[in-house]
Amino acid sequence: MLIEVSGVTHTYAGRREPVVRDLDVRLEEHRIGVIGANGSGKSTFARMLNGLVVPSEGTVSVEGRDTRRHGREVRRDVGFCFTDPDSQIVMPTVAEDVAFGLRRRGLSKAEVAARVEDVLRAHGLAQHADHAAHLLSGGQKQLLALTSVLVTEPRLLVMDEPTTLLDLRNTRMVADLVARLPQQVVLVTHDLDLVAGFDRVLVFDESRLVHDGAPAGALRHYRELMS
Amino acid sequence: MTGVVGLYRPGTSVVHRLPAGVKLAGLAVVGAVSVMVGTPVRAAALVACVLAGYAVARLPLSLLWASVRPLLWVAVPLGVFQVVVAGWDRAAVVVGVLLALVLLANLVTLTTRTTDLIDVVVGLARRLRFTGVDPERVGLLLSLGIRSVPLVLELAGEVREAQHARGRGASARAFAVPLIVGALRRADEMGDALAARGFDD
Repeated sequence: MLIEVSGVTHTYAGRREPVVRDLDVRLEEHRIGVIGANGSGKSTFARMLNGLVVPSEGTVSVEGRDTRRHGREVRRDVGFCFTDPDSQIVMPTVAEDVAFGLRRRGLSKAEVAARVEDVLRAHGLAQHADHAAHLLSGGQKQLLALTSVLVTEPRLLVMDEPTTLLDLRNTRMVADLVARLPQQVVLVTHDLDLVAGFDRVLVFDESRLVHDGAPAGALRHYRELMS
Repeated sequence: MTGVVGLYRPGTSVVHRLPAGVKLAGLAVVGAVSVMVGTPVRAAALVACVLAGYAVARLPLSLLWASVRPLLWVAVPLGVFQVVVAGWDRAAVVVGVLLALVLLANLVTLTTRTTDLIDVVVGLARRLRFTGVDPERVGLLLSLGIRSVPLVLELAGEVREAQHARGRGASARAFAVPLIVGALRRADEMGDALAARGFDD
């Protein structure tokens, strides 16, 4: 999918300084990484891609649809995975949470059940279908959050620091899953290993995009910034 | 954190297979007729019927105790109060009916998927559409309410641990402020997550 960010500056209500400023970027690669220090604007940038944040100035469009005017249509195609899965899981059991995202898709009960079963099996959660979501481990919760997004079959998946709360094993599990996804992925992370094999990496610093290119150069630039 | 009382336990019993609407209607009927229970014998019979429901549903005794335990905080003082002001008979009736209704409500939620319960409520709310009620929103409200219980309990546990770690054992204010701030932050994040999942109106 083609994402076009043109002349974007964003300031949150009640704040003086923009959190993102003067951003112009065109994204169409399969795997795009976003790195930067805390407060550099990368999470706000991620939220702009599916219209959760509408920029104060400028436009963000996905496949030609402006997120300001067509936010809902954009969100049907752009899935979003948050850092803390507990904020994303809204139903008491695993299968019910996965089914939740399909409630407004006009599908029959049988179709919903079949899709839920398929996606749970595909991501190794079938044996937990009737388990309480809040009793899963951190890694399983993130896997559930991701599965609940994937069941809606988004064309683009935006992930905002999905491994920050995970241990090494679960980080690898998420990395392997992301690697297998057919979807286009925009991944915001502090884990530089995750984006080392990506097609393109954006580096944010102090609200600006300061580097945009292949992973090797981007990671070098980021390390220099942080040293 | 341990399991939350009343969360669905999968099973194949007759009680599990009953339609959610029938179970909710049964709960409403028992609730309505409970006001007519006037003797300790009838109250005991009502409790026995509910316990039979647990047996038919093949739910473990530990779950039954988990359902009763939180109720003791209310039932014991209420029983003592009733004994003092109205006598043993009245106390047995009041506590018995309370016990039976709470256990029955738990039996319904233990044997029915939340989505099935929500579907029934959404179906009923559809009939109130002419009053401006949005049925899907009612269903969402219900599911978020159920989901919030373990989240708030978990948050309260974290706040309590942080309090102890900082040596502030019993300060109500030191407990309430971070709990409320944390709950509001979590609600905000959940709002974003709902919007991201298509529930943005």
